[in-house]
Amino acid sequence: MSSEEGNAMKTAKTVMDADGIERSLTRIASEILEENKGVQDLVIIGIQKGGVSLAKRIAQKISKSEKSAVPFGILDITLYRDDILTSNKKPKLGITDISFSLDNKKIILVDDVLFTGRTIRAAMDALMDFGRPKLIRLAVLIDRGHRELPIRADFVGKNLPSSLWEEVAVHLTESDGVDEVIIEEG
Amino acid sequence: MKLSKKDILGIKELSQDEIHLILDTAESFLEVSTRKIKKVPTLRGKTVINFFVEASTRTRTSFEIAGKRLSADTVNISASTSSLVKGETLTDTAKTLEAMNPDIIVIRHSAAGAPHMLARLVRQSIINAGDGAHEHPTQALLDMMTIRMEKGTLRGLNVAIIGDIAHSRVARSNILGLTMMGANVTVCGPAMMIPRDVVKLSVRVSYHMEQAVKDADIIMMLRIQLERQNDNFFPSDREYARYYCLNSNNIRLAKPDVLVMHPGPINRGIEIAPDIADGAQSLILKQVTNGVAVRMALLYLLAGGEE
Repeated sequence: MSSEEGNAMKTAKTVMDADGIERSLTRIASEILEENKGVQDLVIIGIQKGGVSLAKRIAQKISKSEKSAVPFGILDITLYRDDILTSNKKPKLGITDISFSLDNKKIILVDDVLFTGRTIRAAMDALMDFGRPKLIRLAVLIDRGHRELPIRADFVGKNLPSSLWEEVAVHLTESDGVDEVIIEEG
Repeated sequence: MKLSKKDILGIKELSQDEIHLILDTAESFLEVSTRKIKKVPTLRGKTVINFFVEASTRTRTSFEIAGKRLSADTVNISASTSSLVKGETLTDTAKTLEAMNPDIIVIRHSAAGAPHMLARLVRQSIINAGDGAHEHPTQALLDMMTIRMEKGTLRGLNVAIIGDIAHSRVARSNILGLTMMGANVTVCGPAMMIPRDVVKLSVRVSYHMEQAVKDADIIMMLRIQLERQNDNFFPSDREYARYYCLNSNNIRLAKPDVLVMHPGPINRGIEIAPDIADGAQSLILKQVTNGVAVRMALLYLLAGGEE
């Protein structure tokens, strides 16, 4: 590869493996239970697409340890994005499935990577259209910094300082066949 | 993902991929209408003008609700309230509307090609909500969405379209769409209601109801336009009903899981028997629900910033 241009080799580094992800989710699940003192009024909502499988796993861990099913929903935030009308190109809409009331519920919002905070802003606006929750907490597997809005996570799997030109990718068995978090630099 | 054009003028102008994109998007929008707060902020600050030169209740209401659920500002202009009654030409009305800076203009007009003319005249996106006997693309899209959701696919299905094929923009748009998506379409009606060249659209033609509905997966009944009665297309509506009314007898010739559609408004007892229209096999009200979702999808896909 002698050409200088157009050959920016991407170097990928694994920052979290399957065991690491599993341990983080187990810890997050128990932190949620500890803070909430049980499953009373608790609901778990995963943000499309990266947060859905993580939310499902956290919900399963909580349901298993408390022997009581915790409601689980899926939220697509596309229609609430703040950049939706800046281009004619439209993101593909995902499914939203919240088949229970959010009134007076304690919502644990789950996403894979917390970055600018804009997705979480959109998600909170969307949730408010479904009802008036008692509170919303945020759980993320990776917090990579670079916030553009005053938003922070309550439960974090791993803080991963990153530069803006790096890409953080969370791969999960359900969608990618493997559990890993990698960081790529251009 | 984007539509390749600024306007939705007809099914003819769309590709298979674009139809799938529209139907997928519409299916996601169905959920919004079931929420407690049936509104998303997506098209905040956008203006949609519903310019209905020809009378319409369901299509106009459907577009208006679609726009409002996306937070667009919707303005309705109907024939009787527009300057057209004062003698203004369609061109001048169009230029006037353009000068008010809307983002999307939805037009229904009794003249075929009116939306196409508008699309050339103004820079806004135009959606054809029915032009004469030419096309009614949003109806065909909601019909295809309804079929795809019920049957899982359009490919290989036997669809019988029955009624006044010659004067029906619903029939034309559905024929174009369904054949493009791989369905086998049969059109049926009295001979004077079947256009001579319809076979060029790759459809089978039948003049007998029993033949047309045989083995059908979907039967799509068209409204007999009683207001066109003075054109004398058939001797009486009772005679029409005798030969072309879908009822509990002739529907038995179709597949056991056949589903029945009608774009509405229905003439009970003329083209469709009341027990069929209200029966378990009827998709008529689902079509109406899906219509709002399809129109939300089109407004969403067309609205946007400059490239």
